[in-house]
Amino acid sequence: MTFKAKMMASSAAMIIATSGAAWADGHATHPETGDVLASEQTFTYRDLDESPSIDPGVAEDSAGGDILRDLFEGLMSQDADGNLIPGVATGFEVSDDNLVYTFTLRDNAKWSNGDPVVAGDFEYAWKRAASPELASPYSWYIELMSLENAAAVIAGEMDPSELGVTAIDDATLEVRLTQPLPYFAQMVTHFTTFPVHKATVDAHGSEWTQAGNMVSNGAYKLTEFVPQERMVRERNEMYWDNDNTYIDTVTRLVIPDENVALTRYLAGELDRTAVPTGQFPRLSEEYPDEALSVPTACSYYYTINLTDTGNPALMDPNVRKALSLAIDRDIIVENVLAGGQKPAYTFTHWATAGFETPNIPMASMEQADRNAKAAELMSAAGYDASNPLAIDLIYNTSEGHKSVAIAVSQMWKQTLGVETTLANQEWQTFLETRGNQDYQIARAGWCADYNEASTFLDLMDSDSGYNDAKYINAEVDALLAEAKTADNPQANYDRVEELIAQDTPIIPIYHYASVNMLNDNLVGWPVNNFQQNWYSKDFYKSAE
Amino acid sequence: MTAYIIRRLAVAVPTLLILVILSFILMYAAPGGPFNSERPLPPQVLANLEAKYGLDQPFWKRIATYVWSVTTQFDFGPSFKFKDRSVNDIIAQGFPVTLTYGFWSFIVAVVVGVSLGAAAAIRQNSWLDYLAVGISVGAQVLPNFVLGPILIIVFTLWLGILPGGGWNGGQWQYLVMPVIALSTSYMASIARITRSSMLEVLNTNFIRTARAKGLSPARVIWKHALKPTMLPVISYLGPAFVGMITGSVVVDLIFSTGGIGQFFVNSAFSRDYSVIMGITILVGSLTILFNLVVDILYAWIDPKIRY
Repeated sequence: MTFKAKMMASSAAMIIATSGAAWADGHATHPETGDVLASEQTFTYRDLDESPSIDPGVAEDSAGGDILRDLFEGLMSQDADGNLIPGVATGFEVSDDNLVYTFTLRDNAKWSNGDPVVAGDFEYAWKRAASPELASPYSWYIELMSLENAAAVIAGEMDPSELGVTAIDDATLEVRLTQPLPYFAQMVTHFTTFPVHKATVDAHGSEWTQAGNMVSNGAYKLTEFVPQERMVRERNEMYWDNDNTYIDTVTRLVIPDENVALTRYLAGELDRTAVPTGQFPRLSEEYPDEALSVPTACSYYYTINLTDTGNPALMDPNVRKALSLAIDRDIIVENVLAGGQKPAYTFTHWATAGFETPNIPMASMEQADRNAKAAELMSAAGYDASNPLAIDLIYNTSEGHKSVAIAVSQMWKQTLGVETTLANQEWQTFLETRGNQDYQIARAGWCADYNEASTFLDLMDSDSGYNDAKYINAEVDALLAEAKTADNPQANYDRVEELIAQDTPIIPIYHYASVNMLNDNLVGWPVNNFQQNWYSKDFYKSAE
Repeated sequence: MTAYIIRRLAVAVPTLLILVILSFILMYAAPGGPFNSERPLPPQVLANLEAKYGLDQPFWKRIATYVWSVTTQFDFGPSFKFKDRSVNDIIAQGFPVTLTYGFWSFIVAVVVGVSLGAAAAIRQNSWLDYLAVGISVGAQVLPNFVLGPILIIVFTLWLGILPGGGWNGGQWQYLVMPVIALSTSYMASIARITRSSMLEVLNTNFIRTARAKGLSPARVIWKHALKPTMLPVISYLGPAFVGMITGSVVVDLIFSTGGIGQFFVNSAFSRDYSVIMGITILVGSLTILFNLVVDILYAWIDPKIRY
């Protein structure tokens, strides 16, 4: 073979080799679904605002939770349906009295710097989150978990070392509770319980969460972080399940304006963004494969001040009930919100795990019958067109809340002749007004901390700090206390919902849905996960 | 002149101090606080936070501590909302961004605004005048929260030539739309001020004299008319420059630049006390500084003014 022929032969071989590689790359398939994978595995999504913190112990918002579930991995995780699956722990055992949980950790879990993830990392993280020194706004979560001595540690009366969590050895974590919690294992999927790398915190202080400093144990590591602008998370090669991760790069962009975000989504800059209020019907028609409405774990309601500072007329449960009956929730969800929300007659969100929505009489009535019944109750209470009831309704400044308030006040006016004075207040002022019971009726919303009905109904406890109605009912308190240890608390929850419907300290209006535009090539979005807890490691992008 | 500058700077210190104290009082007088949320914090958790951020201290002590740490250590404290960051971090990251797009906006606004205004005045009541006035009125009444999204629809969605937002270290593609959105209304104001000021100057005796001497029209404009025309423009430019380099809420929120402008409004809404103070002091100092610069420029331009 001449030199020239050799050259030609070798370049031909090279061309075949490289094109072969390109072919394989472009046509790799997903082992389970068989989908052809896109050559670029990236996921870019939009957040409304920067999160207050991305330190697992300090973080406090759900957008921060999305970030943390990528960067860190807790003892347990959730699958696409919200069921528990192993995370760093391969499983756990529960003592007979349901007070001691023993988690067994996998031996191949590693931090992004190569250190092994040990039980001590969790012990350190939980004690840190509860310590008054860190002063985390989410330290109450540790108390909510009913960890032994949690309240005393948060109050500074006990040293954090007394907290009911101990690393028995590197692979065994023991957790001691003060009361049995049927949903405890669900609670360790939450970001406050994620492990923290002590050496990194010691080395960098509060700056340990910056890109370059952060050491994390999740499927992704933080590679770029410009607050208020962008965050880039890239595949963590040290992650134990890295071989089954497809998305290489996750980019989070902060885009405060939802309409601008939608434009940028349509321009192909984003894979996911929220649907602006009122645009879901149009977008779901134009982009049926991309506009997605899924139930999300929040309830929207009006709370009625039952203390002396409230409206005296509203002390009559029949008047409150009339107000509730006269709200045509179907019109609100279909015409005002139009984003796949569901009308609410119970406080607990309909999609809550293990919760069967009880049959509240009002729910099965026709609106005309509800209106008739409402008018009847109202006139029995002595109010009619010649003697109309006048009430004040406040909401925090927002176009959405305003539309709902206007619709509701119109319904009250038409059906019951009620004169409603609407007032909006800027957020901080609103919270103070409502928290100090300086209102008559106020807008409220509540989102689940965990996927179980008590996360909603506990608000109705007489002692709950979030019971802004100041609703006091001993039967409700007893039912809720009993539910904590009951094998099947459904009957208790049914009764509490009945009592709420009967006494009407709050008026449930609708159950939230989250409406988003989602790139139809992105596969694996957990539409059935009620808390919308998503993990980028579960996604992949299919080829066009 | 030097004595004047020193005197002005000396007055700036008490001015800033009054600004700090007044803002401090007004800020705490507003209802609510940085740790209020839909879900009120349990009392013990709130107490821990208040202790950490010094809110458990008496009011006078908070002011004193604050002024002390700002003046002696240049430390504006931790942000109440962004718990991983200090106010110094926030300003250090956001101010260079707004300084960059603000500076370019300033250049664009001045160059385009002065040219438009001068052209309109020189050719008063011609089509050029009407066009220039039309453009500047249009730019004035088109608010940037309308202009911004329109720019994104045109350049990003339809033409696909510019990124729809972000900063990415300040590459020029990311600068174009923020600069247009921010400079437009300033440009319009500058054009209007320049036009009316130049019309006035062109009708003065010394311009008539210059023309009578037989100077070329270009020389009359450049040599004699432009400098006095700029006096009212410059008094507008001082505060405008500060306004531009400290950014704009609307530009930051629409183009996600990560600049400091958004904190003017957001920190007030979230009662992020230390950020409110940091931004107030930053803008206050810059305003005082550039008002001084304007006064010095006055003396340079107008021989009648002496300090």
